[in-house]
Amino acid sequence: MTANGWVQILFFCVVLFAITKPMGIYMLKVFDGSYRWLGFLERPIYRICGIDEKEDQHWTSYAVGMLLFSAVTMLVTYVALRLQGTLPLNPQHFPGVVDRQSFETAASFATNTNWQSYSGESTMSYLSQMSQLAMHNFASAAVGIAIAIAVIRGISRRSAGRIGNFWVDTIRGTLYILIPFAFVLALLMVQQGAIQNFSPYLTVPTLEGAKQTIAMGPVASQEAIKQLGTNGGGFFNANSAHPFENPTPWSNFLQMIAIFVIPAGLTYTLGRMVKHQRHGWAVWAAMFILFFAGTTTAYWAEARGNPIHAAEGLDVKASSLQSGGNMEGKEVRFGIANSALFAVITTDASCGAVNAMHDSFTAIGGMVPLVNIQLGEVVFGGVGAGMYGMLLMVILTVFIAGLMVGRTPEYLGKKIQSREIRMVMLAVLASPLVILGFTAIASVLPAGLKGLNNSGPHGFSEILYAYTSAFGNNGSAFAGLTGGSYFYNTTLGIATLIGRFAVIVPALALAGFLSERKVVAESVGTFPVATPLFVGLLISVILIVGALTFFPALALGPIVEHFLTSARVLF
Amino acid sequence: MIRNQLRPAILLTLVFIVVTGLIYPGVVTAVARLVFPNQASGSLVTVNGQVIGSRLIGQQFTQPWYFHPRPSAAGSGYDPTASGGTNKGPTDRKLADTLIAGAIAQAESAGVPKGRIPTDMATSSASGLDPHISPANALFQVARVAAARGVDSTQVRDLALHYVESRQFGFLGEPRVNVLALNLALDNAFPRPASARK
Repeated sequence: MTANGWVQILFFCVVLFAITKPMGIYMLKVFDGSYRWLGFLERPIYRICGIDEKEDQHWTSYAVGMLLFSAVTMLVTYVALRLQGTLPLNPQHFPGVVDRQSFETAASFATNTNWQSYSGESTMSYLSQMSQLAMHNFASAAVGIAIAIAVIRGISRRSAGRIGNFWVDTIRGTLYILIPFAFVLALLMVQQGAIQNFSPYLTVPTLEGAKQTIAMGPVASQEAIKQLGTNGGGFFNANSAHPFENPTPWSNFLQMIAIFVIPAGLTYTLGRMVKHQRHGWAVWAAMFILFFAGTTTAYWAEARGNPIHAAEGLDVKASSLQSGGNMEGKEVRFGIANSALFAVITTDASCGAVNAMHDSFTAIGGMVPLVNIQLGEVVFGGVGAGMYGMLLMVILTVFIAGLMVGRTPEYLGKKIQSREIRMVMLAVLASPLVILGFTAIASVLPAGLKGLNNSGPHGFSEILYAYTSAFGNNGSAFAGLTGGSYFYNTTLGIATLIGRFAVIVPALALAGFLSERKVVAESVGTFPVATPLFVGLLISVILIVGALTFFPALALGPIVEHFLTSARVLF
Repeated sequence: MIRNQLRPAILLTLVFIVVTGLIYPGVVTAVARLVFPNQASGSLVTVNGQVIGSRLIGQQFTQPWYFHPRPSAAGSGYDPTASGGTNKGPTDRKLADTLIAGAIAQAESAGVPKGRIPTDMATSSASGLDPHISPANALFQVARVAAARGVDSTQVRDLALHYVESRQFGFLGEPRVNVLALNLALDNAFPRPASARK
């Protein structure tokens, strides 16, 4: 680890802290309807779509709207990908995408996962990239933010199950937050060198006289929303490691900030909406501590390098002339610190963009992203998804604290009883069931083992990471795994759908139930939710629920691999 | 509840396709072309009126009179239609014993002392298109390039040092050398060896 590496990490932390409040206030005003500077666009959309913006929906109705919208966007994408060969804006003449891959891609993008079993530059036309994949980047992100706002409303109001209007929330999130920010970010990306054109691929004679075909496309516009909406699906196979997607250290920094800006801002929005700003900051603090711990661990592991490769003669020591460490699967312009930091951010959030190949990280360095996703991506988390995921954990924490002192637990004046906790547990238990269940199946079936690129414990890690990423709607990968087969396309597609909707629907139900409860006055028995004690307990609950569930699986993968690396065992 | 929300679901999908899927990228493209035409079209490098590549996309160099880029897993090497890394893990035998050990053996035969081989010299990048090498990597190649061109190595070394890009704004990223830019400068400054001239 180097001083300069830490300077870069601390700079990121300072900027993250500084943008939390302004972003939180902006989002608050957008969703309570007091910022309407794009009303001239907003109102016609309501008219065209037949939306009554005054309607306050019951949580069941909110959930149905969300499910219908997700289903329709997913179906449209399936059809559009199948018909790609007959549609315009396809200069490379790519044929229609095969059925299994179309299903998985549609499911994956509709759920904000963006797991990719294809290489963008050799599969997707410009029209598919823009009108389908980037469209989902906006839509699924807006849905996520809408759900988070609805859940906070349920906590903060007393409204007999009514938690807002799904259509209005989704449209406002897109118009006022995603589109303007993405537009500015896209231009900043182009300024740094990201490409933005509709040209066919360019074949050139290289300086040595060979031929090189350079892939083109409308990259920057997709790149911006990919990060801002924590989607993560790259235009190219190499994702944000590709110099056309992420050309410089500054573009890399902007992308990292873009991933966290909305999730971090939402903690401030939470504080304002529940009228307890210190609670919002307490949640921010819990997230930040987990983020910083992950970053330190990953940076340490990657800077230390791989002892096997060092023994063969690589100089893994950092100096002013090279970054040292484990450079396999990393780019020179980013070096070790930025690659480790990016990997932590992209998996703390449900982003899944990568600027280095996680599959080639050291055992411990690669375990950090895996664990981050398994914790539920509540460390800032996906846009909206991180917030409602975190609120489930907060309620679980309050509940456990209540049990410890033998009092009926209450959260911000609302009593937490069995039906609320039932919803929390539904969401929490779906994760080990799907991740460990599918991992176990894939680890013994020939169809599962056939896709591996590594053997030994690392092969197991590839499978575990795949289902963890799919359920967590992350989309990053130990990318050696060949996910393009009937077995993986189908099971991973199903895992993304369960991972999205088996969490959202209970979260909305919980919001509805809480909105029916009357607010009781704070008493001496109320567990305060803005103290260091609360932060500590919240972190413990997250670690216990997430880490303990997956510890046996981690022991078989990255943990044993770490010891085998030290012993220089190869597979 | 389902029937009266089906209409907004379908129509809003269409609105999203038009607004975020077509208008948004269209406007970004128009503005980008106007304001940053060079970057938007790929930071292309032209020699004598002929485009020979992109400043941002690494190229394969194998001749001794050029600086060499990192090993690449993109297609058969630096193929921008197949970007990506090896995705080999830390205990992978092929990575350790073939890819890295092979690159190390090559570096050692070119005179880099054992144990001093810069990490980027023997490892593949994430994109397979990394346009850069570390300054350490470049300096270790100076002797070979100078010998192949029959020029004094201090001149080549000075040129390589001149092409070291420092950290952005003084602290972001890592110092690096753009291989294509350096090789172009080499061709301009020193003649290629007679055997390479056609």
